[in-house]
Amino acid sequence: MSAFVWMTVLTALRILGRNRLRAGLTMLGIVIGVGAVIAMVGIGEGAKRAVQAQIATMGTNVIIIWPGATTVSGVRSSQGGAVTLTVADALDLRKKIPLLAETGWAKRDAMQIVNGNKNWNGPINGISPSYLTIRDWSFSSGGPFTQADLDSAARVALIGQTIVDNLFEDGEEPVGAVIRIKNVPFRVIGVLAPKGQSAQGSDQDDVIFIPFTTAERKVFGTAFLGSIGAMFASTDRAEDLPEAVDRIREVLRARHRLQGEQNDDFTVKTQVDIGRVQEGTSQTLTVMLFSIASVSLLVGGIGIMNILLVSVTERTREIGVRMAVGAKRGHVLMQFLIEAMTLSLLGGVIGIVLGVIGAKLTTVVAGWPTVISIDVIIVAFVFSLAVGLFFGLYPANKASRLNPIEALRYE
Amino acid sequence: MSSLIECNGLWKQYRVGEVDVDALRGLSLTIEQGEFVAVMGASGSGKSTLLNILGCLDQPTRGQYRLDGIDVGGLEFDRLAEVRNRQIGFVFQSFNLIPRTSALENAQLPLFYRGMSLSEQRGKAAAALKRVGLEGREQHFPTQLSGGQQQRVAIARALITAPSLLLADEPTGNLDTESSREIMTMLEGLNREGITIILVTHEADIAAYAQREILLKDGQLLSDRATRRMPGIVEV
Repeated sequence: MSAFVWMTVLTALRILGRNRLRAGLTMLGIVIGVGAVIAMVGIGEGAKRAVQAQIATMGTNVIIIWPGATTVSGVRSSQGGAVTLTVADALDLRKKIPLLAETGWAKRDAMQIVNGNKNWNGPINGISPSYLTIRDWSFSSGGPFTQADLDSAARVALIGQTIVDNLFEDGEEPVGAVIRIKNVPFRVIGVLAPKGQSAQGSDQDDVIFIPFTTAERKVFGTAFLGSIGAMFASTDRAEDLPEAVDRIREVLRARHRLQGEQNDDFTVKTQVDIGRVQEGTSQTLTVMLFSIASVSLLVGGIGIMNILLVSVTERTREIGVRMAVGAKRGHVLMQFLIEAMTLSLLGGVIGIVLGVIGAKLTTVVAGWPTVISIDVIIVAFVFSLAVGLFFGLYPANKASRLNPIEALRYE
Repeated sequence: MSSLIECNGLWKQYRVGEVDVDALRGLSLTIEQGEFVAVMGASGSGKSTLLNILGCLDQPTRGQYRLDGIDVGGLEFDRLAEVRNRQIGFVFQSFNLIPRTSALENAQLPLFYRGMSLSEQRGKAAAALKRVGLEGREQHFPTQLSGGQQQRVAIARALITAPSLLLADEPTGNLDTESSREIMTMLEGLNREGITIILVTHEADIAAYAQREILLKDGQLLSDRATRRMPGIVEV
């Protein structure tokens, strides 16, 4: 049997080689289909990895808690509009939930920042020192402020790379410099290592951190001391996140004296929830890709079937001769199936090569990251084989059902 | 020992459009191992139908056909394919070589369906081509060979399985006189080596190479006689 298969593959290749243009045109559908899928999956996968990397810049096992919306005489404010979360909440959570490795808090407002003759409007974040740990901030120079700075409402600031670029001359050392935020002088004690874009597309390096107490007493002018813009917590292990979320809700509901039917006056989300939104987008993309792939493989398959039907007609006499010298129906069936699969497989391989080249070219030309996984290549390979098998079946069966006498007499 | 071919009351009915055509009408025939038989008759006399049935390409509507003692009448397609592969060699008027395929691979074709190893196939095909005098032309394509040479490739293909029966359907119909003579001399030689040959022709001088001549008319046996040529006498 193996000699037969081998010979048949060689015969099929020779037949294809004889009629290169026809073979090429026949394979085109498969080539384009497979190529497009490989390239697009590569680009999609690259985008997904980029988003995952962005989500990872948020920190590790991060939980974010926002204050809920207030309702004043039936008018609802936007999320975070209420002052329902306080520093006391954050401290209590830490005390009552051992699962939490850290809790931190922050409050932000955009303010004018001045250094010498340059100024910039950037988001000022009053934070607890733990915030830096939770959100995985590191320093390119200098270092963080401490609990003592928080307790004494020290006028110290940590600035992101974007702020450095906009407020300082090239070569000017930011650490040690004094900048003014709303006319209050702050000493820069650290420059944050750049994180790049967030998963939502905002510039994470356009940021200034100052101690929370300093922010609320000397910069923001908060009406309710201790109210915070967002609370952050982290767990040591990712699998503890769901339980930690449940416990946080329990503790906060109890602290806020919410009764059974009342809605939460806060929102708890984990890093995983935020990532899931992105996954939903890529799933839509995947579904679209599969529709495109199925359509082009269908078209390619029909092309193969068509050319094979022509081939069966052209080679009717040959089929007759083969039957006369002892080919069984299975032999003839196999021959045409192998030819169909050779065509589709060759088309698939060319498509894979072109797809990979296309994806790499996208990276070079457009700068989009692309990831070509071996899985996609295997799937494309198997699919093109399956297309050949499926669409070869009808012509091959037709060939094997020929009457040898009529086939031999065919002009 | 039984005869190679035993036909009893062969009847073949075709349906052509709305009309039933009886191509064979109760034909009975016995051919012994080693005979060289020419089947003659006008077109429509049933000689092609007879050859198809003898070659196991077709089945009789009624009647019995025993090849080498085996009743092949009731066999299904794939069993008949095996019988053709092992016991029968075909030589056609139009050679029927596979186009754009080397002489060697054409000769190899029947072995292809036997699951024999490639090297063994090639060796046997080369030997068969040598036997028909085509040594050195193994890699030629049919288009690079003359008509006579193509027919010799076809004979090599028929011989490669060492069949007991060689069926030749007007083997010289597309050949010039010189090539015809060559081919017929070759068949004669093969017959002398023991192969049974049944030759369909409508040319009397070709039929004259055979020892026995069967004349068909309207699907029935009209005459069955020995030709003037007796075995062993070679006329040039």
